[in-house]
Amino acid sequence: MTPAVHILNASSLPLAELESVAETIRQLLRIPVSVEQHRLELERAYDSSRIQYNSSVLLAQLLSTQSNPTTGFAGRELHSRPDRKLIAIVDVDLYIPVLTFVFGEAQLEGTAAIVSTHRLSNAFYGVEENRSLLLERLTKELVHELGHTFGLFHCKQFECVMRSSTYVEEIDLKKAEMCKNCSRILLEKLHDG
Amino acid sequence: MNEHIALLIVDDEQIVRDSLTKWFREDGYIVGAAANAAEALRLLQEQRWHIILLDIKMPGMDGMELQQRIRDIDAHAIIIFITAHASVDTAVQALKSGAFDYITKPIDPDHLSHLVANAIKQRALAMENLKLKEQVVEFSKPDEIIGDSSQIKKVFEMIKTVAGTDTTVMIRGESGTGKELIARAIHANSQRRYFPIVTINCGALPEGVLESELFGHERGAFTGAQYRRKGKLELADGGTLFLDEVGNIDMKTQMDLLRVIETKQFTRVGGNETIKVDFRIICATNKDLELAVKQGSFREDFYYRLNVFTVSIPPLRERKSDIPLLVNYFVNKHKRAMGKEISSVSPEAMDILVQYDWPGNVRELENAMERAMVVGKSCTIIPADLPFQLSERNNEPSSGSLADMEKRHIARVLEEQRWNITHSADVLQIDRVTLYNKIAKYGFRKP
Repeated sequence: MTPAVHILNASSLPLAELESVAETIRQLLRIPVSVEQHRLELERAYDSSRIQYNSSVLLAQLLSTQSNPTTGFAGRELHSRPDRKLIAIVDVDLYIPVLTFVFGEAQLEGTAAIVSTHRLSNAFYGVEENRSLLLERLTKELVHELGHTFGLFHCKQFECVMRSSTYVEEIDLKKAEMCKNCSRILLEKLHDG
Repeated sequence: MNEHIALLIVDDEQIVRDSLTKWFREDGYIVGAAANAAEALRLLQEQRWHIILLDIKMPGMDGMELQQRIRDIDAHAIIIFITAHASVDTAVQALKSGAFDYITKPIDPDHLSHLVANAIKQRALAMENLKLKEQVVEFSKPDEIIGDSSQIKKVFEMIKTVAGTDTTVMIRGESGTGKELIARAIHANSQRRYFPIVTINCGALPEGVLESELFGHERGAFTGAQYRRKGKLELADGGTLFLDEVGNIDMKTQMDLLRVIETKQFTRVGGNETIKVDFRIICATNKDLELAVKQGSFREDFYYRLNVFTVSIPPLRERKSDIPLLVNYFVNKHKRAMGKEISSVSPEAMDILVQYDWPGNVRELENAMERAMVVGKSCTIIPADLPFQLSERNNEPSSGSLADMEKRHIARVLEEQRWNITHSADVLQIDRVTLYNKIAKYGFRKP
């Protein structure tokens, strides 16, 4: 089965802009990538004491997504389709309970992942907005979390997209591509799948 | 990758366990999780966990108590406490109890990454340090003190008894008995073994030089003192100062040294700064110090300060049963160094070695063996390889007759020439036939 990535946009970014992101990911991973609009019940993941959204709750929601008449795929169905990877984009601030924030979260060697643009945007840091930089960071984070869904761990290579980034400047330092070793592992995973 | 690092999360909140497990798995760690102390201890019995993230407040046994249990199981595990509310008290308590650090929930991901990375580095350093220390212990082992006689066993016992203490040791024994070896053995088995053992041969230095060697000097303290120089006392700080031939120290330096031993402080020659030092003294002598005290050439108070615990090394002639062991030890030692194939000593040569009195003790024996191995041509050392005076002394007493002298001389030349008849005849300046006749006459047989 040829693996495929479905980018589910639950953010305010226009689909047209995400098409270019999808194209980059398509070229980087050499697998089909589609983009579609999606609705997540964000309020169910909201923690008023932290003023943040629990990414694990949203991830679970993504996996239990009912059939979507506009996209034609069913969330539940994905459990039996390990070749399909679902990755949602949101623009709310995400957290996992023990950490202060996360840029995104993925099921390691699983189906679903989620990425937030909230802390990828210059506006969050009081700096002038830069749309192309935001899309560049978003692309890197999407590839990074997708890498986890294919079973890749964090990489020590400085420029590899699988390198762990805990602040936004670190995302800027790395490239959108995987290093040779991670690319090789990904290829093996795709081949085994 | 961190695939060989095992990380255990102990927290009663499942959400914390799950979140951290997920986070660290993405980093490639082997991750385990326990909801309470009992579960954690069970996991600790099953495998080694390099880093343990431990919640301070848990029902039942809390994190602090669990930490003590963990230390009993694995003293090298790195423990990082997790706390919901940071307080100075908790932090101090955690760090005092030997934890690597503590983190407050919710944790900044950047801080967590760096903390764990630093913990891994620290653990690697600690392990490396441990390994190096073990290597240092190997290096600091002196040349083995060889012997199986009751006399040398008594010396081993004394070394064992005194090494662990900080007592001043006086080693007595004839020249060449291995006094420095004993001093090194005491140091190598003491708490001070990671610090240097500084040896000073008091007999080899003139009065003024010894003072400067011991105490160091400031720049310009005397003609030629162009730079400040640390003395042996300063260099021995933390370790052991071995004063060899202590009986040769002049009266003034004896007094100065006595003061240093008692106060553990001194000033460099030509200086005012008081330097504090901490060292153990081991001294050695082959002199009759009691007689020197009586004669007034050795200070009585200095003598009593040094003569706290005495290790007496018996001369080699009093432990002849150790000679074969020593001989084999030296053969192996020099065989490696010289790259020679010599591997044994003939019974005749060994008899000579055992019967000799060795006035120069082990040092003389080692020199004799080294020489024998240099001159030896076969894989066995024979009497002819031994120094001339050894094989001479062991020959039967001469009757004084000319025939007897001739017999002994021919026997020696044959041995020296390894029974090469042509060479032996050349040395004796006789023809080969005559030599054959003499061999038959005196009943010599080729060994």
